[in-house]
Amino acid sequence: MPVEIYLNVAVSGLLTGLVYGLMALGLSVIFGVVRVVNFAHGEMMSIAMYLAVALFAAYGLDPLAMLVPIAAVLFALGYVMQRGLINPFINRPEHSQFMLLLAVALIMVNALLIAFGPDARGVQTSYAFWSFALGWLIVDANKAFAGLAAVAVAGSLFAFFRYTLVGKAIRACADNYAGALVVGLDVKRLYALTFAIGSACVGATGSMMVLLVDVTPPLGPAYTLLAFVIVITGGLGSMPGALLGGVLIGVTEALGGLMFTPSAKSMFTFAILVLVLLFRPQGILGKRVEP
Amino acid sequence: MIARLTDGVPQRGLKLLAGLALALLAVPFAAGDYLITVLIGVLYSAYVGQAWNIMMGFAGQLSLGHALYVGIGAYASAALFVHFGVSPWLGLWAAMACSAAVGGLIGFLAFRFGVAGVYFAILTIAFAEFARIGFDHWSWLGGSGGLFLPVANYTHNDILTLRGSPSMFYYVMLAMTAAAFVLCHLLLRSRIGYYWLAIRESPDAAQALGIDIFRAKMVAVLISAAMTSLGGVLFAFYYNNLFPEQIFHISRSIELILGPIIGGIGTLVGPIIGAFLLTTLAETLSEIMRGLGVDLPGIKQVFYGFCLLLVVMFLPDGVWPPLSRWLGLGRGDGEGGHEGSR
Repeated sequence: MPVEIYLNVAVSGLLTGLVYGLMALGLSVIFGVVRVVNFAHGEMMSIAMYLAVALFAAYGLDPLAMLVPIAAVLFALGYVMQRGLINPFINRPEHSQFMLLLAVALIMVNALLIAFGPDARGVQTSYAFWSFALGWLIVDANKAFAGLAAVAVAGSLFAFFRYTLVGKAIRACADNYAGALVVGLDVKRLYALTFAIGSACVGATGSMMVLLVDVTPPLGPAYTLLAFVIVITGGLGSMPGALLGGVLIGVTEALGGLMFTPSAKSMFTFAILVLVLLFRPQGILGKRVEP
Repeated sequence: MIARLTDGVPQRGLKLLAGLALALLAVPFAAGDYLITVLIGVLYSAYVGQAWNIMMGFAGQLSLGHALYVGIGAYASAALFVHFGVSPWLGLWAAMACSAAVGGLIGFLAFRFGVAGVYFAILTIAFAEFARIGFDHWSWLGGSGGLFLPVANYTHNDILTLRGSPSMFYYVMLAMTAAAFVLCHLLLRSRIGYYWLAIRESPDAAQALGIDIFRAKMVAVLISAAMTSLGGVLFAFYYNNLFPEQIFHISRSIELILGPIIGGIGTLVGPIIGAFLLTTLAETLSEIMRGLGVDLPGIKQVFYGFCLLLVVMFLPDGVWPPLSRWLGLGRGDGEGGHEGSR
């Protein structure tokens, strides 16, 4: 096979990987601050995907144009979830939080199954069959737009945490919980806000993801697992790590699918997970935390 | 032996247990095929729940990939039967050996390299998913098209090849559930059982006391994996068809842990009560839905989700501990201590 094919597939994997990275970024932000692992992450993304599909089917609204409204809906969902459900569990043992979110995930997947049925649904955008040619490199328009949107959202998230007062306050909570309380930060509200931001992140991802894959209810658990694998690979709690992990997994999946059979592509993902867990458990960019 | 079995169990608890056992033994004489089929499902979930409980409830290691062991057990015994005509009573040893080997590998990697808590849970899911995709491409075992056993003849029961009527499977399943219950009871009162509880409550303190926590956790994984795969053997011979997409799926792993969580993690009766409650309520729900003439796939899982949510929120120790107090059995019902801030 000519090397151009590999490079083309790698670029396409890179663009998909950026979208994966944004999804994982949401998980990482939530874990980094609230210290809760959101086991309903992929399920929340499939809610966003169904929203995008439904808006497209009913009003012909482009998923990327709906990115902000969909992210806003998920923001609200995340805020309410943290306030109503998760907050009482902040000081409970890890496995207890895990089971709470497992229950939420179970309800979400099957509620979607009841509402939309088991058939795959997707969107046919006007640019679905466009592609850009840069010399030997041919890039699918859907993937290019989704990847760019992911970079834009991730960039604004970095800026938010770096430059805004609220963003700094959230980072303060993550760095030193007691210190944040002492200087008078409303930690509960900031936690809810963080969970909401992480959810908005996954909402934005959902509106990009519909450009790449058709949505079915079982996609939720699969993407939850993928988000975990990416975040663990990149380093739990590290924002650049999530993006890097996403790109790594995206490219691996794409090349694995090309060299073997596409249906076996996730085996490479799991192989990476096992290697990372064994040899660099803090992730590629994560800091080793001594308990 | 008998003395050790009943040691420390209140009289009242023994009487209730004996009554339950008699009632369960009598069921096939009074009940129709529908009820027996439902009860086989209950006993199956109670059995695999009990096996999972050894790892999570006793030793505190959260596995979310137990479908892996069910699948390995089912495929190993079914493949031996289909390809070589090996009786399931011989195949089950191979099944348990395979599962224990895989469980041992996962345990070794995880415990040697310090993969704990949520990371361990993710690792177990990853291995189950790995197996799901691997078996999908393994054509000798049918691949994604499935592996089929010759369909059971209902005319006579052949216990040697496990071909027969639902009541035969019912008794086999009942015996397995009872054996698992007794085994767990004995394990909890053995040295390793106390090690596990110590590790569950505080691994550091356990290690400081000189417990070889690596070895104790490995034993928990090996026993749990082997026991779970035995459930898989029964699954294969009862349902006669195996699809990687179904048997290894993460939702199987989750359904498997619902019973013990709802009944009470770390208790002996919890997995059984949980399985009874969930299945009975879910069957009632399906009956009501059927009565209303609505067919909603997924409604059962939504219901499971709400049950789990309510229990995790309001009964973090599960249904059994308060129920046991209400029945006047105290908390000394052969339990491995379900109090404390787990």
